Amino acid sequence: MQRFLRSLRFLELALPIAAVLIAFAIGGVLLALLGANPFEAYWVLISGAFGSVGGLASTLTKMTPLLLVALGICISFRGGVINIGGEGQIIVGALAATAFTLWLRDWPGWLLLPLTLIVGALAGAVWGGIAGVLKARLNVNEILSTVMLNAIALQLMNFLLRGPMLDPAQIAAGTNIAQSEALPRSVWLTRLAPPTLLHSGVILALVLAVLVYLLLWRTTIGFRIRTVGLNPSAARYAGMPVPFYVAFSLILAGGFAGLAGAVEVTGVSHRMLEGLSGGYGFSGIVAALFGKLHPLGAIPASFLFGGLLVGANKMQLTVQVPSALITVINGLVVMFVVASEVYVRRARRRAGREAAEASLKRESSTPSAEAAVP
Amino acid sequence: MNNSRLKIASLELIDITKRFPGVLANDRVTFDVKSGEIHALLGENGAGKSTLMKVLYGLYQPDGGEIRIDGKSVTIHSPTDAIARGIGMIHQHFMLVDELTVTENVALGLKSSRGPVLDLDKVEARIRQLSQAYGLHINPKAPVWTLAVGERQRVEIVKALYRGADLLILDEPTAVLTPQEVDDLFATLNQMKRDGRALIFISHKLHEVVAISDRISVLRSGRLVDTVPNQGVTRAMLARMMVGRDVLLDRPHTALTPGAARLVLEDVDALGVIGQPALRRVTLEVHAGEILGVAGVSGNGQRELAEVIAGLRAPTGGRVLLDGVDVTSWTPGRRTDAGLGYIPEERMHDGIVQEFSVAENLVLQDYDHPPMSNGVFLNFGAIASRSRDLVRDFNIRTPSIETTTRSLSGGNIQKLILARELSRDPKVLVAAQPTRGVDIGATEYIHQRLLEQRRRGTATLLISEDLDEILNLSDRIVVIYEGRIMGVIAREQATAEQIGLLMAGVAEGR
Repeated sequence: MQRFLRSLRFLELALPIAAVLIAFAIGGVLLALLGANPFEAYWVLISGAFGSVGGLASTLTKMTPLLLVALGICISFRGGVINIGGEGQIIVGALAATAFTLWLRDWPGWLLLPLTLIVGALAGAVWGGIAGVLKARLNVNEILSTVMLNAIALQLMNFLLRGPMLDPAQIAAGTNIAQSEALPRSVWLTRLAPPTLLHSGVILALVLAVLVYLLLWRTTIGFRIRTVGLNPSAARYAGMPVPFYVAFSLILAGGFAGLAGAVEVTGVSHRMLEGLSGGYGFSGIVAALFGKLHPLGAIPASFLFGGLLVGANKMQLTVQVPSALITVINGLVVMFVVASEVYVRRARRRAGREAAEASLKRESSTPSAEAAVP
Repeated sequence: MNNSRLKIASLELIDITKRFPGVLANDRVTFDVKSGEIHALLGENGAGKSTLMKVLYGLYQPDGGEIRIDGKSVTIHSPTDAIARGIGMIHQHFMLVDELTVTENVALGLKSSRGPVLDLDKVEARIRQLSQAYGLHINPKAPVWTLAVGERQRVEIVKALYRGADLLILDEPTAVLTPQEVDDLFATLNQMKRDGRALIFISHKLHEVVAISDRISVLRSGRLVDTVPNQGVTRAMLARMMVGRDVLLDRPHTALTPGAARLVLEDVDALGVIGQPALRRVTLEVHAGEILGVAGVSGNGQRELAEVIAGLRAPTGGRVLLDGVDVTSWTPGRRTDAGLGYIPEERMHDGIVQEFSVAENLVLQDYDHPPMSNGVFLNFGAIASRSRDLVRDFNIRTPSIETTTRSLSGGNIQKLILARELSRDPKVLVAAQPTRGVDIGATEYIHQRLLEQRRRGTATLLISEDLDEILNLSDRIVVIYEGRIMGVIAREQATAEQIGLLMAGVAEGR
C-alpha cells in the first residue's frame, strides 16, 4: 500500500516533467524544420535562462508577473470560474497605478509605493469584478466576458497613452511614442541585482504565494471558495452565499493580475508602455495549470515559464528562430500536462477506491459492526 | 411475434470471474436463463449484480469463465456485439434524448433502411406494432420530455425490442413506478415471456422478485449464494440469503404521542426547474416526535417540496414555519442554524463535495463554528477529532477521514450525510429518498437512526418513492400528486392499494 501511494506520488511528479520533455521533443522537430539545430537552440535557451547570474535574474524578473497572475488564476479556478482576462486586468492595474502615482507624485515613497500597488490591485479587481458580478448576478459566461474586457482594456490603454496620459516630453519632442511620463523615483521598486532588472517585486510575489496557500487551505474563506468551486449546490445548502464567492473569486483573480501590472510599472518599466502586459495574462494561466492550480506549485511553474521566455529571446538572437516558437512549446506543454492529468486522476481514483475496498474487507472480516448497533 | 426467429434459446454464464484491482467483483458465478423464463437476480448493492450483467452486455470482459449462447461458447466484445446477438438492457437511468420524439429515440443510432434518408415512418409503424403486442401504450410521435417516468421506461423497452432483443436485462425497473405501473410492467414482462423471450430481472425488492420470477439467484459479495425455483421460497429466506443473516423486514413501531407542530407549510406554491408549477397550495404539519411520510411517484413535486423547506427554492406563495417562526425568506444557512437538517435526494450532487475528504464533508455545515474554526482560520485538530467521532458513531466505513469522499460506497456516503445532519440533533429533519440506491445493511441502519431521531423528538418529513419504507416508518402518510397533497392517512389505516391509487391521482371519496 505504502509503496503504491509512493508510486502514485511519483507519477504525479514525473508526468508533468515528461510532458515538458515531450513538448520539447516536438518543438525540436519544429526547430529542425526551421533550419536550426535543435540541440544548439535548446542549449542556448537553457543556458540563456538559467546558465548565468544575469540569465537567472532575468528569469526571476519574468517570473514575478507570471506568478502573481498565476496566484489569481489558482483562486479563480478553485472557485470554479475561469479567468481569461489577465491581460486586461494587468493593463488597467498598470494604468491606474501609473495615473495614481503621477497624480500624487510629491507624496513620500514609503506611503506612495504601497498605495500605488494597492490602487493597481484594486483596478484589476474592479476589472475582474465586472465579469464576476455579471457571472454571479446574470450568469454571464466569464470566459467570454473576461476576454471581451481584455479588448476594452486594450482600447482604453491606446486612448489614454495617446491622449490624456501621453508623456509631455513626447509631445514636446514631437515623437508621440505612446507611453506615459516616467514615474517618480520614490515609487521605483528596489533593484536587487543591478544592472539586471530584477526587483523586489519577486519577494512580494513569493510571500503572496504562501499567503494564498494559507487563504485557500487554512481559512474558512478558502473552504468556501473551494466548496463553491467544486459543488455550488452543496455549497448553497451548506449556507454559503454562492454568487458572492463566484464574484469574489474573480475579484481576487483580477486583483492579483492588476497587482502584476502595478509591479511591472514600478519595478521594470517605470512608466506605462504599450505592450506592458506582455502576454503574462495568458502565460500565467499556463503556469497555474502546470503548478496544478496550487499556489506553491505555481512558484516553480512560473520560474520555468519565466525562464522559457528569457531563453527564447536569447535563442532568437543567437540561432535566428522566432521567439514565438516558445509560445508553441508553451502550448504543447499545457496540452501534455492536461492530458497527463487524466492518467494521474485515474490512478488516484483507483488508489482511493482500492483503499476504501480494502478497509471494507477488513471490516467485514471482523464481526459485523452493523449488527452491534442497538 | 416471430417466435421462430428468436436468436437465443438459452444463455449460460459459467464460472464468471471478474477482478478489479484489489477486489473480486464476481467469483466463479454461474447463472443461466432460458427462453420463456424470468430469472431474477437478487443482491445488495455491491454484491456483483451489475458487474455480472455488464460482463453479459459486453461492457466488461471477464477474467475467467465463459458465456454460452445455445450451448456455444461466445465472446461478447461490446454492447453493440451484445445487441447483435439479441441481448438488450433496460438501464436504471434511461438513455433517452428528451428533445426527440419516441420514434426518433428508437431510431437513434440505427441504420436507416433508406440509406442516407430517414425511414421514421417505418420505425413508427413497427413501434405501434410492438406496443400493441405488449400493451405498452406509447404514442410514437410524442416528444420524450412530455412523457412520465413509467412511459419513458416503456420507450426503453420498445427500443430494446425494436433492436431485436430476445434476452432482456432489466436493471431495477420498478424503482420509479407506482404500484399500478408495476402491475402493468409485470403484465408486459409476462407477455414477453409467453413469446419466448428470456428475461433477467434485477431487483432488491423481495416481494416483486417473488411475484414475477420463475427462478431466483442470489448474489452476495461477488459469489452466487444459490439459485432457487420461486415455489416455496419466502421473503425472509431470500433476505437471509442476501445479507447472510436475519433481517427485520417489518419493524415494530411504537406509537408516540407527537408534540407541538415543528414544521408547518401553509398554502405553499412553487415552480419547478423549467418554470412549471411544481407545488400547488401545499399545506402540511409535522409534529415533534413524528415521521410524516410523503409518498408519490417521482417527479410530482417531491424535489421542490424538499428544496422549499431547505431554503434552496423560493416559494411563489405561502409560508414555511419552523418551530412557529416564519422562515420563508431565510437562507439555507440560517435555517440550518435554526435547527433544520436536510438529507437531499441527489446525495452526490447536493449532499457532498465529491472531491473533498470525508472530514471536509463532515464539517460542511459547521466549518465556521467553534471549535472547528475561530471564524477565520480552520482548526484542523478539532475538525479531525469531530470527524473521527462521527465516523465511529455512524459506522462510516472509510479507510481514513482524509479519504476522498467520492471513493466511498453509496451507503457510506449516505451515512456520512446522515452523520453530519443528525449530529446537530435537528428539530426538523427533511429526509428525501434517504435509502435510494443504498444496500440493505445501510438501509436498515439509516431506518434505525431515523426512528431513534423520532424518539428524541425530531419532526421528520420522510419523502420516499419506496412505499414499503413509507409504510414502515411513518406515523402519518400524505400522498403528493402533481404538486398537490392528495390526502392524509394515518399509518394504521394505510394500505398499499389505497396509497397507490392516490399516487396515480385518483382521489377516493372526493
